[in-house]
Amino acid sequence: MFLFIAKRLVQIIPVILGVTLVVFLIMQMVPGDPAAILAGEGASQDTIEQYREDLGLNRPIAEQYLTYVGNVFQGDFGNSLKNKQPVLDEILLRLPITMELAFYSILITVVLGLAAGIISAVKPYSIRDVSVMVVALLGISLPSFWLGLLLMYLFSVKLQWLPVAGWDGPANIILPAVTLGVGGAAIVARMTRSSMLDVIGQDYIRTARAKGLKEHFVIYKHALRNALIPVITVVGLQFGSLLGGTVLVESVFAINGLGRMIVDAIRTRDLPMVQGGVLVASLVFVFVNLLVDVLYRAVNKRIDLN
Amino acid sequence: MSKEVVLQVKNLKTHFTTSKGIAKAVDGVDFTLHKGETLGIVGESGCGKSITSLSLLRLIPSPPGKIVAGEILLNNKDIVKMKEEELRKVRGNQLSMIFQEPMTSLNPIIPVGEQIAETIRLHQRLPRKKAWQKAVDLLELVGLPSPEKRAKQEPFQLSGGMRQRVMIAMALACTPEVLIADEPTTALDVTIQAQILELMKDLQRQIGMSIIFITHDLGVVAEVCDQVAVMYAGQVVEHRNAKDLFKTPLHPYTQGLLKSLPNIHENQEVLQTIEGSVPSPYDYPIGCRFADRCPHAKEICREEAPELLETENENTKVRCFMHTEKWNSIRQEGELVCP
Repeated sequence: MFLFIAKRLVQIIPVILGVTLVVFLIMQMVPGDPAAILAGEGASQDTIEQYREDLGLNRPIAEQYLTYVGNVFQGDFGNSLKNKQPVLDEILLRLPITMELAFYSILITVVLGLAAGIISAVKPYSIRDVSVMVVALLGISLPSFWLGLLLMYLFSVKLQWLPVAGWDGPANIILPAVTLGVGGAAIVARMTRSSMLDVIGQDYIRTARAKGLKEHFVIYKHALRNALIPVITVVGLQFGSLLGGTVLVESVFAINGLGRMIVDAIRTRDLPMVQGGVLVASLVFVFVNLLVDVLYRAVNKRIDLN
Repeated sequence: MSKEVVLQVKNLKTHFTTSKGIAKAVDGVDFTLHKGETLGIVGESGCGKSITSLSLLRLIPSPPGKIVAGEILLNNKDIVKMKEEELRKVRGNQLSMIFQEPMTSLNPIIPVGEQIAETIRLHQRLPRKKAWQKAVDLLELVGLPSPEKRAKQEPFQLSGGMRQRVMIAMALACTPEVLIADEPTTALDVTIQAQILELMKDLQRQIGMSIIFITHDLGVVAEVCDQVAVMYAGQVVEHRNAKDLFKTPLHPYTQGLLKSLPNIHENQEVLQTIEGSVPSPYDYPIGCRFADRCPHAKEICREEAPELLETENENTKVRCFMHTEKWNSIRQEGELVCP
């Protein structure tokens, strides 16, 4: 197990390199000149060149990239083009907010999704099952920015139960976390249902019943643990789209998280900021995947990690 | 024989409602099991053996399956009428089961020791440690080498034969009165088969339980069974002492079955078969279900359904007009012609 984790940690290095390369190249290909934007409108050619010189943007692309990567491995993500502050400081300020949002969202995804999936699978094709699955279908189909606005309108504007936007207290977390978590919950619910139905039809469930176990023991001890194996994968993948979703949800609810930071940075062509933000988001995703693999192994010992 | 009756099944009917209609998988099964006795239920694939065994524990997936009629009397208590809770106390405790597929009948992610111990904790209310120790002892009893170590392993780390031993240990955990073994050796190779059969006989002697042995293998029946119930098209057609059955089979189907066994003493070029095929469970004929394949069939066989009746010999039951008084009178009157 430790060997496996160590191996995976080493494997992360090329992933990080890949991510930096991709982000770097994309920003190179995007039209617009960071130096010109920074110099401001109507700036003279000399000023723009000066900026270019200062930022090292006049050097060959390969050199720019290597310098950047070298710095990253030393913990230097560069300075923001906009306010000259270190990118890492900004990220460290924003990341906890996004992680908190992501944590509550994934909590909603898992708890709501599993519960709905089990409720459906225990009595398949019943009215209960069909209604849960229709709601789940809605959950998958609704775009999160729209759902966010809808929830905001209902609970904040009409009912005035919850704050409209911002990030000042627990009450602020509810709406964005629900907005972000519901789509995933719907996917997890459908996955859990089909996985549970598959498992409930297995011979060993019949064996469990033949022993005289109570039905809830049969479901939770014998069926659910087996059914969880594919669900864990889905939750892990869901975390990726969740990170993507924070970009939208943070914008809708005016939360100063990492997602919103990246959006703002793209808008102002703050190249180091975008790179840093995406890099950190990718790192988080890679670590979550590692966690998923470890969990996988804990649930199912047949998987040989080495 | 005045042995104590442990389990009696009367006119059991288990039907399945499907889109094609109602499949009468088990359609009037009767048999009696005495204490300490081994009853073999034999028949070809699809005759309703396994559905009968699952019905005994009410493990038929419902829907689509349902026990629509009959009684399953375990010590004179009807399992069919039991409430869920009462039934759970019987399952795995008084009445336990070994399944055909050892590869898939154990939970793949729970250590085998725990799968046995959980039954013990459930029915005998033993604390965790004691239940675990008992599970290890049981594994030793069924001849699993290094049981301490094996108990902690998961099914994928065990071979097929070992898994079947685990299944047996699990079924025996609460020293059941009746053990139902649904083709326990079918999925195993021949050398392991013999070991498992020997083990079951041995354990039966030690524990004194009754066994219902479901199989399509007449060789296995001859080896382990005291009584035999032969099933055909969802019904028992002959129910009697195993030795007698092999010596003088009464029902034409049983006769056909035994004839189709290759005989080592004769030089046979062609193996005997029973002509024709089993009627569909969706649409059984009105008369005898074997009539279309029977060399002795008469008109009455197609018009009336024979009942499972006791013959002059005690404890011998057969479902065939040939063994009724009526049959002789028909022949004497010469009303009907043998086809």
